[in-house]
Amino acid sequence: MAEVLVLVKPSQGKVTKSTLEALTIARGLGEPAAVVVGEPGLASSITDKLGEYGAAKVYVAESDEFGDYLVTPQVAVLEKLVRDGEPAAVLIPSTQEGKEVAGRLAVRLGNGVLTDVVSLDTDGIATQVVFAGSTIVKSKVSRGIPLVTIRPSSVTPTPAPTTPSVEPVAVALGEADRLARVKERVTEAKGARPELTEASIVVSGGRGVGSADNFKLVEELADLLGAAVGASRAATDSGFYPHQFQVGQTGKTVSPQLYVALGISGAIQHRAGMQTSKTIVAVNKDNEAPIFELADFGVVGDLFKVVPQAAEEIRKHKA
Amino acid sequence: MKIVVLVKQVPDSGAERNLRSDDSTVDRDSANNVINEMDEYAIEEALKLREAHGGEVTILTMGPERAAESIRKALSMGPDKAVHVLDDALHGSCALATSKVLAAALKTLEPDLVIAGAESTDARGQVLPHMLAERLGAAALTGARKLTVDGATLTIERQTEEGYEVVTASTPAVVSVWDTINEPRYPSFKGIMEAKKKPVQTLSLGDLGIDAGEVGFGGASTAVVEHARRPPRQGGTRVNDDGEGGVKLVEFLVSEKFV
Repeated sequence: MAEVLVLVKPSQGKVTKSTLEALTIARGLGEPAAVVVGEPGLASSITDKLGEYGAAKVYVAESDEFGDYLVTPQVAVLEKLVRDGEPAAVLIPSTQEGKEVAGRLAVRLGNGVLTDVVSLDTDGIATQVVFAGSTIVKSKVSRGIPLVTIRPSSVTPTPAPTTPSVEPVAVALGEADRLARVKERVTEAKGARPELTEASIVVSGGRGVGSADNFKLVEELADLLGAAVGASRAATDSGFYPHQFQVGQTGKTVSPQLYVALGISGAIQHRAGMQTSKTIVAVNKDNEAPIFELADFGVVGDLFKVVPQAAEEIRKHKA
Repeated sequence: MKIVVLVKQVPDSGAERNLRSDDSTVDRDSANNVINEMDEYAIEEALKLREAHGGEVTILTMGPERAAESIRKALSMGPDKAVHVLDDALHGSCALATSKVLAAALKTLEPDLVIAGAESTDARGQVLPHMLAERLGAAALTGARKLTVDGATLTIERQTEEGYEVVTASTPAVVSVWDTINEPRYPSFKGIMEAKKKPVQTLSLGDLGIDAGEVGFGGASTAVVEHARRPPRQGGTRVNDDGEGGVKLVEFLVSEKFV
């Protein structure tokens, strides 16, 4: 069976859910081979997890220098693996860096590239959801092998345990790979909440939340549900919540099992980022708010009354 | 400092957008066509750099004839001139071919710095800045929320899931920016009047030495097989808060097994 390369996206020494999703999709096309690129010691801590999700092989490219650069080490390793082997496809989690790796690799190989793919058929036909969730497009790479980035939360990762063989890959970076250097990586405390694009529940606040202080209410409900916190553009532009939590056309695209929209009117710009959520719940005082056209369950009312009451109810249920 | 800003004309993301039924490209006829929002932040950043360090700002656009409207609008913010890569053969070009054409145009302009929006609102691919950096042999500093320039040294801050990264490089470089980097200015009346007289150079594929077969549908490395409108979501139950709204909300969450 042909090999399907899956670029591993590590986060703080762990495998991200988006990587496990890509491995799950890869199994439908061939034999998954995980590609680990990073500083020495990274692979040994994650190989078991990769095997648990079906990686028959783990290619390991480790170097002290790889942490100093973005994108180019991954591109160099994938380029070598594609040229030396005959992989059936290359799958990369659709993060900012993942998309950049795919783009640069496409130029190196003269290979087509498709981003934000939500499913991939055995014949290499890729499905994308575009234009704020309004249009479904099926496309293929017509030059080269399928080189695609997989949008987070497109599938539920399922285990398929195996014991992977580990194969080291030696790649030296060239001058062109070293043009931009990472000077510093700053880790900001983000608490215990799940990552926004990977969370199965997202609770978001909008303009109606009214202030940064009031966002505590959104966080409280999120924590009771084990959810990530999101915000509309109106809320981030008003400084109610940090920009990196923005959901929408100019922010993150999320596709959780449950999306709770609090004080969000539901403009197209916001819908672009959450329209494919499985279940949508909304609380808004405006009966005409477009969010209600999408919501499976909507409460027309004052969120400052509805949300504390809901929080209390959840506590009772848990007790 | 010679700065080139990439500007793409896109269908307004605040309105309904469609793909054409005949060739699956973006339907520009039915759309309100505007400057890609993120590119306005790229223009603003370039203008700020010109104000601080001197130099020249050039707009570079690849697109059909109507993209000239967006070029004038971009110029009204304050850039000095523009280059429009215009050729019927470009219709249907993939990202890979687009990067080839833009890289060829950039080579004729020899910029110290190329600034682009981090993504376009239509394709949202985020692939182009790195494609260009690769083709030009320039450094890539992408996804910037902050850019500082000290002589030939550029430093950006880039937001990540875990926090942020500080990345540095020397010119020539391709920088891409998010909307967190600045607040774009509105064109002044004077700016709008002046934009009408600013030079816009048109370049064809022939001018760039690129064969028509390398671009457009014939040269595309990806192809749309089919596309369809996604059925709109149907709204479900809606209740008015009669004092029990929070309770009813949780009843729903329990019935769906979220609680």
